[in-house]
Amino acid sequence: MSRRTVSRRRFVTAGGAALVSGLAGCSNSGGSGASTDGASSSDVVKIGVLEDQSGNFALVGDPKHKASMLAIEEINANGGIDGKEVEVYSRDPQSDNQRYQELTREMINENDVDVLWAGYSSATREAIRPIINRNEQLYFYTTQYEGGVCDKTTFAPGPTARQQLGTVLPYLREEYGPEIYTIAADYNFGQLSADWVKVLADEHDAEVVGEEFVPLSESSFGSTINRIQEADPDFVMSMLVGANHTSFYEQKASAGLEIPIGTSTAMAQGYEHRRLEPPAMANIYAGVNYMEEVPTESNTGDGGFVDRYFEKYPDAPYLNEEAETNYFSTYMYKQAVEQAGTTEQPEVIEALESGISLGTERAPEAPDGETIELDGATHHVDHHMWVLRADEEHNIEAVADRKVPEQFLSETVGCDLREEAEQTQYTPRDYYEEAE
Amino acid sequence: MVNGLNLALQFLDSFAFIVLAAAGLAIIFGIMGVINLAHGEFILVGAYATTLAATQLGLPLVVAMAAGTLVTALFGLVVERTIVSGAVPNAVGQRIAGRDVMEPLYDRLADSMVATFGLSLVMVQGARIVFGNSIDQIATPLGEIAYGAFSYSTYRVVLSGVSIAVLLVVYYVFTRTDYGMRARATIQDEETAKALGVDTERTYMTTFAVGSGLAGLTGALFAPIVSMQPTLGDQFLVEAFVAVVVGGPSVVLGTALSGGVLGAINAVFSNLFGTFVGRIMLLVAAMIALRFLPEGITGFIERVRTRRQEGA
Repeated sequence: MSRRTVSRRRFVTAGGAALVSGLAGCSNSGGSGASTDGASSSDVVKIGVLEDQSGNFALVGDPKHKASMLAIEEINANGGIDGKEVEVYSRDPQSDNQRYQELTREMINENDVDVLWAGYSSATREAIRPIINRNEQLYFYTTQYEGGVCDKTTFAPGPTARQQLGTVLPYLREEYGPEIYTIAADYNFGQLSADWVKVLADEHDAEVVGEEFVPLSESSFGSTINRIQEADPDFVMSMLVGANHTSFYEQKASAGLEIPIGTSTAMAQGYEHRRLEPPAMANIYAGVNYMEEVPTESNTGDGGFVDRYFEKYPDAPYLNEEAETNYFSTYMYKQAVEQAGTTEQPEVIEALESGISLGTERAPEAPDGETIELDGATHHVDHHMWVLRADEEHNIEAVADRKVPEQFLSETVGCDLREEAEQTQYTPRDYYEEAE
Repeated sequence: MVNGLNLALQFLDSFAFIVLAAAGLAIIFGIMGVINLAHGEFILVGAYATTLAATQLGLPLVVAMAAGTLVTALFGLVVERTIVSGAVPNAVGQRIAGRDVMEPLYDRLADSMVATFGLSLVMVQGARIVFGNSIDQIATPLGEIAYGAFSYSTYRVVLSGVSIAVLLVVYYVFTRTDYGMRARATIQDEETAKALGVDTERTYMTTFAVGSGLAGLTGALFAPIVSMQPTLGDQFLVEAFVAVVVGGPSVVLGTALSGGVLGAINAVFSNLFGTFVGRIMLLVAAMIALRFLPEGITGFIERVRTRRQEGA
C-alpha cells in the first residue's frame, strides 16, 4: 500500500472533525487523490495548514484557511508546483495553543509536510516555534504582527507593527496633531505595538500622553473612554484585538467620543465596518497592507483576487488582510520550489532567501500593490502599505499609500539569516530608549 | 484626578452589568440548586434572537428585545424538560424500555455543572455552524450625555435603571405572588410542599424558564453593546459567578448587594488604574469574600440575625 493511500485514509478520519467544525477545504485533497493513484510521495507537494475555524480567533482565522485553499486549488488547476500536485493537510486548532502544539507535531512527524502555514496570534506563534525550530520545519506565519522575529526556518510575510503603525501614525500626526493616546490588547502583540507607537511618536515629533492595556476578555470600555476624554489627545492609536474588544468601537460611538483613531488591527482583520452599524467606525484609519477594498487591478479588477475568492466562497463575509497574506505567500512558496527544483526544505529556504517577488510577469499575484517582495535576509516582506479611512457610512477610502520596506530587522537589528541562522525575536526595547 | 460624575456613571454601569449578568443565574441556582454553566449561552440566545429580529425581520428594537427574551425563556423550557428534569427522555424511556433513563439534576451541583457545561459547548459551536463567526450588529440607541470634557452613553445609564426594575420585579414575583410562594416552599422543603399540593415539578419548570428569560433579557439589553459572536456569553459568566458567590443564597438581596459592592470596587479601580486593575480587583474581592464570608453577604447577614435572636 502506498503512503498516499494512508494519507487519504487519515483524511477520512479528519473528515469527522471537519464536519463538526464546518471545514470546507478538505475535499481538495480528496479530489486530488484520484488522478495520481499509485504515485510515490515525492510526486506531491505536501502543504500543512493550521488556521482557526472555531474558538476566539475563528472570525479572523477562517478567511486565512479559505484563502490558502483557494491558492492551492488555483495552483493545482494550473499544473501544480513544478508539475507536482499539491496535497493539503488541514486541521482546526480551535484557537487553542495547546492543540496547536499537538497538531504542529502531527503535521511534522506524521504527515511529513514540506511546508506549514499556522497560527493567528503571536502567542500561538511563540507556542509552536520551539517545535518548528527543533524540527527545522519551513514555516509561514502570516498574521500582521509586532515584528522582530529573526528565525532561519520561519517566514513572516505579514506586515510588521513598524510597517503598519509607521504608515498610519505619521499620517494622523500631520492631519490632527502631536498628542497620542494608546490602547492595546494586554499580551505580547499589544505591549510591543505600544512600544512601537512610542518609538514612532519620537521619530515624528509626537508624544504619547496616555496608554492603557486591556485584557483580551474585557468588553466594557466605559472607564477607558473616560480616561481618553480626560487625557484629551489629538488622536488614539488602537491595537485592540479579538471579538470582545470589538465592543470598544460601538461603545465609543454611543458615548459620543468623536476622535480620529489609527489602528493596525481593526477593520482589515475583523471587518468591523461591515459588522457594526454606522457610524461606529467613522473616522477610523487603518494602516494596513490589505483590505478587501484596496483599489488595485489585481485585487478588485475583473477576475481579480476578490472575484475569485467569492466565486469559490459565495457565502464568505469578508476577505481580510491575513487571508491575502496566506494567498500570496502560497504563490511565493510555489515560485521558490520551482526555482529550487525540489521540495527539500533547506533548498527551498535558500531559494526564498534569494529574494522572491510577486507582481512580476512570471508571478502576477500581488493583490496589495504593484509588487510584493520577500527580503531574503530577514524573511519579511516589503509591502505596499495603505492608509484606509472609514467614513460616516462606513465606506472605505484610500487616503495614502506607499511602498514600505521592513526596517527594524534589516536596518536596526541587522538580522541577516543568510549569514547567521538565528532563532530570536528582537523587541524595540532592545534598541530604543523611547520604548522603555 | 477622578471626576465624581464619571465615577458615579461608571458605578451605575458596573452595577447594571453585574446585576443583569447574575440575575438569571442566581434564580436557577438559588431555587433549583442547578449551576447553569450554559448561562452565558442563554444570554447568547437572547442577544442573537434580538439582533436577528431587529436586522432580519425589521422589528423595532424594544419589540425585538421582548422577542429575544421570550425566545430564550422558551428555549430554557425545552432545556429544562429534556436535560435538567429529564421528563422527555424519561417519557421516551418508559415507552420503549418501561423505565426512567435519567434522574433530574435538581440539587446535584457537580452533575448539573457537567451537563450544562456540555450544553454550552454544543450551543457555542451550534451558533457558529448556523450563523457563522459573527452576525451584523445593531447600533446603540439614545445617543450620549455630555458634561464638560466627558460624555457617557445614555443607553448604559438607562440600563442601570432597567437593572433596578428587574430586581424589583423579581422581588415582587417571589414574595407577593402565588407562584413565588410555591417556588419558595419548594426550595425550603420539597417533600412537604408536594404533600401540601404544590406541583413542584411544574414549579421547577417555570422557575427555569423565568431564569432563562432573565438571561435572555440580559442578552437582549446588551445586544447593541457587545460584539455579536458565538462566544459572547463568556464575558458575562465570570461576573455572574462572582456576583452569586459574593451575594450568597438570597436571590434578590444578594444580587443587589453584590452588584453594589462589586460595582463600586470595579468603578473605583478601573477609573483610577484602568480596566485591567478593575478586573483583577473583582476577582480579589471574590477571593476575600470566599475566605471571610463563605456564605456570601446575605449568608453573613442571616448569621448575624440568628445570633441576635438567640442572644435576645
